[in-house]
Amino acid sequence: MMRKKVIQSLLSIAAVIVLLIVLNSFLSSFQTRIFNLCGIYVILAISMNLINGFVGLFSLGHAGFMAVGAYTSALLTMSVQTKEMNFFLEPIAPWLLNVHLPFPIAIIIGGLMAALAGALIGAPVLRLNDDYLAIATLGFSEIIRVIFTNTQSLTNGALGLNALPNIGITGSPKEAIWWIWGIVIFTVVFMVLLINSTYGRAFKAIREDEIAAEAMGINLFKHKMMAFVIGSFFAGVGGALLGHLMGTIDPLLFRYLLTFNIVLIVVLGGIGSITGSVISAIVVTIAMEVLRVLDGVMHIGPLVITGIPGTRMVVFSLLLMVVILFYQRGLMGNKEFSFDWFKKMKSPFKTKKA
Amino acid sequence: MSFQIFLQHLVNGISLGSLYALLAIGYTMVYGILRLINFAHGDIFMLATYIAFYSITSFLLPWWAAFLIAIILTSAFGIILERAAYRPLRSSPRISIMISAIGASFLIENLGILIFGGRPKAFPIAPIFSHVVVIGNVSISVVTMIIPIVAAIALIILNYIINKTKTGMAMRAVSKDYDAAKLMGININYIISFTFAAGSAMAAIGGILWGLRYPQLIPLMGIMPGLKCFIAAVIGGIGNIKGAVLGGFILGIGEIAIVASSPALSGYRDAFAFVLLIVILLVKPTGLLGQNSAEKV
Repeated sequence: MMRKKVIQSLLSIAAVIVLLIVLNSFLSSFQTRIFNLCGIYVILAISMNLINGFVGLFSLGHAGFMAVGAYTSALLTMSVQTKEMNFFLEPIAPWLLNVHLPFPIAIIIGGLMAALAGALIGAPVLRLNDDYLAIATLGFSEIIRVIFTNTQSLTNGALGLNALPNIGITGSPKEAIWWIWGIVIFTVVFMVLLINSTYGRAFKAIREDEIAAEAMGINLFKHKMMAFVIGSFFAGVGGALLGHLMGTIDPLLFRYLLTFNIVLIVVLGGIGSITGSVISAIVVTIAMEVLRVLDGVMHIGPLVITGIPGTRMVVFSLLLMVVILFYQRGLMGNKEFSFDWFKKMKSPFKTKKA
Repeated sequence: MSFQIFLQHLVNGISLGSLYALLAIGYTMVYGILRLINFAHGDIFMLATYIAFYSITSFLLPWWAAFLIAIILTSAFGIILERAAYRPLRSSPRISIMISAIGASFLIENLGILIFGGRPKAFPIAPIFSHVVVIGNVSISVVTMIIPIVAAIALIILNYIINKTKTGMAMRAVSKDYDAAKLMGININYIISFTFAAGSAMAAIGGILWGLRYPQLIPLMGIMPGLKCFIAAVIGGIGNIKGAVLGGFILGIGEIAIVASSPALSGYRDAFAFVLLIVILLVKPTGLLGQNSAEKV
């Protein structure tokens, strides 16, 4: 049984890789960019789902961790010339000027810095519960943003960083898809393994009933901390990728509206479902682009409707409200995709496993 | 720093603190009764300034009528918000209702951008408010002086309602024990609607005064004051109205003190509230005037 599952999983990964090869060869560069953005949002949504959905800690600090990852990776990969060009108001700190690392290492360091930030923030904050935790993590992510706005010689302050190197070692646009979706596959596999491990079971126990979990001998703080740090690591990696994809970052990008976007994705997909997060991240990201039509001029037959800029976001916020009010489980609830679904279709008399 | 400059800053701090206090009360009242962070409270505050703005500029109403209309409409909006976004989820897990609050806030902000436009608007200020009075060597604009006075009057009225009227007694009962209050025949829905109306009215008063003091309106203007005032409510002890006022003043005066003490720190002004929040949560999670409540299994 176990072996069959491994084979099935490997086969699906192979299928995804084939799909990526196909997509990479025929998508236009704009479409590839959107597709890459989908991948980044998948990473971000899954990392938030780990904290909010599986451990049940309502954290709103994602934008802050993304900022840490994005800035770290950007500063590590930018060449000396680009840095000097960027920091024209106040020179960059000398120890940072000559640091130049290859992209993969920079991404990992970006994630680790975000994880470190997560650990530092988690230590005091994770003792709090629901509402207080939400507002404290939100507060911390705002503090991170305010610090980044004010440390001129380190982050270039409100001006932000421009001309970030492209994703990948050679910097060719065709390479980005492999890096991003490679990390997506790694993230998904890692999360699935984590959720099904003993740690994952402990996470779910904490989500269901904290007091009962503690009574069963689960170390609450240790497990919460672990989920929080892992979640912030992937948030940092996602933030770093986002920075490199967009090519420019500034502190305003990492306002808490960004966190809300990810909350939207997680809620639509179903809180506590990796499959839901993946589907919802892809659908929402593509829909956000497709619905740009609403902001411009529409031609429906002879009708010409001039859209008002901002309609798109209203549609999304309405969608969030409708889902939370009438269909709280989201797309997938807390179910996951599995190959057993196909089996179920064939034989309705499924034997129950112990 | 000379004594005059100190006084000048103190006046500014008190005026900012009063604004925060007015907004913080709405948070603390709603939290006291529903145990819900009303994330959309900051956006209600934004709506009030826009209603006042359009009443004056488009409907050419005198300022006092515009302010009255803004307060009434904002209260009504608070009631609608509770009916639409929070009431259907009252028996759901707290995370759902919080997401609903976030969604409502998101929706109001985006609708604001759609309807009012993203470009900043200048709040029309009647000449009596922009007058500057010089006392000794401290020059104070009339608005700066009016703010604490209006806030004090609003607080006295609210205090009277809560402590001396039957509705107020019912509000206190609901916040003490929701189920017991229900069993005693209190109309919970009415009390909750009333709480939202009162909180929104306070936010509207705060919003109008805010518009007079900082006359630039944008649809996202409610986010930062909203967050900070929630923090003010937590600092004072959430659910406690006196605590919210105290927290508002601590925050307002503290922010001005930071900006006044050194220009290098003024960039960190927005971080002050959050740092204070975290310190309070670690040292005394129930807030300065809050009461301890043990979690029951």
